[in-house]
Amino acid sequence: MKYWRVPLDTGEIQVTRGRVHIIEERCKGCGYCIEYCPREVLQFSRKFNKKGYHPPEVKEEECLNCHYCELLCPEFAIFSIAAEKAES
Amino acid sequence: MKSHVLTGEHFINGDEACAEGAIAAGCKFFGGYPITPATEVAEQISIRLPQVGGTFIQMEDEIAAMTSILGAAWTGVKSMTATSGPGFSLMMETVGLAVVTETPCVVVNVQRAGPSTGLPTQGAQADMMQARWGSHGDYEIIALAPSSPQEMFDLTITAFNLSETYRTPVFIMSDEIVGHMSEKVIIPEARKIKTVSRPRPTGRKDRFLPYKPGPNGVAPMPAIGDGYNVHVTGLTHDEKGYPVMSVETQKEMMARLLGKIRNNLDDIILTEEHRLEDADIVVVSYGVSARTAYTAVEEARQMGIKMGLLRLITVWPFPEEKIRSLAKRVKGFITVEINMGQICREVQRFAGLTPTYLAGHPGGAIIPPEDVLKIAKEALA
Amino acid sequence: MKNSSTTATPHPLEDLVRMDRIPHIWCSGCGTGSVFTSCLTAIKQSGIPYNQFAMVSGIGCSGRGAGYINIDSFHTTHGRAIPFATGIKMARPDLKVIVFSGDGDLCAIGGNHLIHAARRNMDIIVICVNNLTYGMTGGQVAATTPFKAKSSTTTLGNPDTPFNLPLLAYAAGATYVARWTMLHARDLTDAVQTAIARKGFSFIEVLSPCPVNFGRRNREKSLDTLRKYHENTIVKNGAHPSELDVDFNKGVILGTFVNVDRPTCDEVYRKMYWPAEEPKEQRKTG
Ligand code: SF4
Ligand code: SF4
Ligand code: SF4
Repeated sequence: MKYWRVPLDTGEIQVTRGRVHIIEERCKGCGYCIEYCPREVLQFSRKFNKKGYHPPEVKEEECLNCHYCELLCPEFAIFSIAAEKAES
Repeated sequence: MKSHVLTGEHFINGDEACAEGAIAAGCKFFGGYPITPATEVAEQISIRLPQVGGTFIQMEDEIAAMTSILGAAWTGVKSMTATSGPGFSLMMETVGLAVVTETPCVVVNVQRAGPSTGLPTQGAQADMMQARWGSHGDYEIIALAPSSPQEMFDLTITAFNLSETYRTPVFIMSDEIVGHMSEKVIIPEARKIKTVSRPRPTGRKDRFLPYKPGPNGVAPMPAIGDGYNVHVTGLTHDEKGYPVMSVETQKEMMARLLGKIRNNLDDIILTEEHRLEDADIVVVSYGVSARTAYTAVEEARQMGIKMGLLRLITVWPFPEEKIRSLAKRVKGFITVEINMGQICREVQRFAGLTPTYLAGHPGGAIIPPEDVLKIAKEALA
Repeated sequence: MKNSSTTATPHPLEDLVRMDRIPHIWCSGCGTGSVFTSCLTAIKQSGIPYNQFAMVSGIGCSGRGAGYINIDSFHTTHGRAIPFATGIKMARPDLKVIVFSGDGDLCAIGGNHLIHAARRNMDIIVICVNNLTYGMTGGQVAATTPFKAKSSTTTLGNPDTPFNLPLLAYAAGATYVARWTMLHARDLTDAVQTAIARKGFSFIEVLSPCPVNFGRRNREKSLDTLRKYHENTIVKNGAHPSELDVDFNKGVILGTFVNVDRPTCDEVYRKMYWPAEEPKEQRKTG
């Protein structure tokens, strides 16, 4: 399981929902974001970027806006932003 | 505001005079490491710097001492270190960093006899070629050679001024004898001392090119915190300071580094001439050796030998044009230096067919005037 | 919207990165970029104006860090980032000076400077990216390479014992010592933030994979290394530095081990040496 530890700021982030942004051309396909997203929001896409890597894409799951992928990505290629509070 | 320049007449040694020169020049940072016979520079300036709001730190080795003065220089202050042969060797890699990053700083080498530990308490002038070529790669460097405690004071100020003008390390190539010799040193009033500080950039911060040269071939230099967000690297870099691994960038960068010295030789090269007008034999000397060379000239003249002295105050860049033009009309050159012929070779390179002799010594003693006279007599025979 | 394709929104760290130099040189799967991102995030979150910071690096893969941060930054010679940072700090004590470099640079060729800066409690932050090898030159044995691990110069295994870096920093007098892995990105970011906020010599070791030149020779892909960082580490704040050998079979201890107050080098110097009334001509040099 990927819940290898509970984020310190769990309380806050469970109420927010995020939108993941991916800058595909920067990705070097290390897979860190995919492997360690606590929600398993991401997967490798089938497409190649110009460097020849498969950038991640978003699955059906909801992003928690925990920013963990953003911190872990070595390439400044992925980040999350709070989604507009449409449903609440 | 109270001046911190010790205006007046003093009886101090060359090392101490050097420290006072640094204070008068506006030096605010000294990174040091003890070594005979340069230690007194550090000792004196460690007392003086805090009095003027400056900082002295004794680092863990000469590499650290040299590196620390570059870091300090980028905060906008004038910085300096002092050492002798073994420490000078350790500093060489960082000298290259100073050259390529165009970081102004002053390095004093109170030379002693080598190789290796050599004769720590006895003078020599055998690091002259190391001063020119000691760091790897091609570059130009400025080196001054003081002949007296007074010049240790004066030329330390000149060294700072040149380093600030040309954004380059400047060496003061002293020696144990001048460093430890006590003589009268006159320190002028502060307002009569000419000091130069590097120009700082003005204008748009986002478009600033930290290595785009101004009219004299030198770029204005921002300090950390000025908001220019400069990147400074030892890698080959473009005018923005960004590393570019290309032959063209290397060429451009080298042209700038060499050009800012080579195109300003008239401003950088300082020499003193004594009885050269009608000389048949020209003694070329510098530092402590110029003192005995001077005596040799006086004695030669009494004996009817037309000898003159060309004293190199700036040794690097070398006054090659001066040698070339003298070579056309004199019968020979004698280079007087406490080494086995380092500057002598340089004289030879520009003397053409004019014979060049060495009055040298492997280190530990001065060159007696008699040696110079003997060579002169043989040369003219 | 699901399956989002590439975004036009800028990455939140773009004001701190020299975007005209991206992509950086770090290999796919290299952890250095992750450590760097945590470091930049901490700088950003500190709220301190960027012109109050300077970054200094030495030579090596992580030594390229200074080349990518959009503040005054210095890429110096091999091993000498700390004395360069020392010069900056002592001349301008108000600046936050961060050294970002690798284990070979900081602890082997630059080891002498590391221990002396710690001894003096030089007020700088040292982020030591420890990839257990010399990555840039192709994976030679380092002072941190585990006993028996393979490298291009120890093809039959490393015969030497590696440094326990937190112990070294602690013994030399560092007043803040922590170790994380790049996977512990939040803890690492917090550690860098703590170090920025405090005064004194802060040493943060960050374990980080070099899949290309260490992993390859030791049968470890970057995700395998990350799995070890996840499964074979124990967070134990306050652990004694002598327990901190990097041995993934035993479990590698992470956490904050030292966090004490001691007057810094610049503070003590100015108090002892500068006349009570500071001379006018000082400062405003910077
Ligand atoms: S922000 Fe958190 S939940 Fe959202 S994709 Fe990134 S790691 Fe997953
Ligand atoms: S962490 Fe970054 S570089 Fe790695 S796969 Fe994800 S987006 Fe790509
Ligand atoms: S060689 Fe190793 S440390 Fe260097 S960039 Fe590549 S993966 Fe990273």
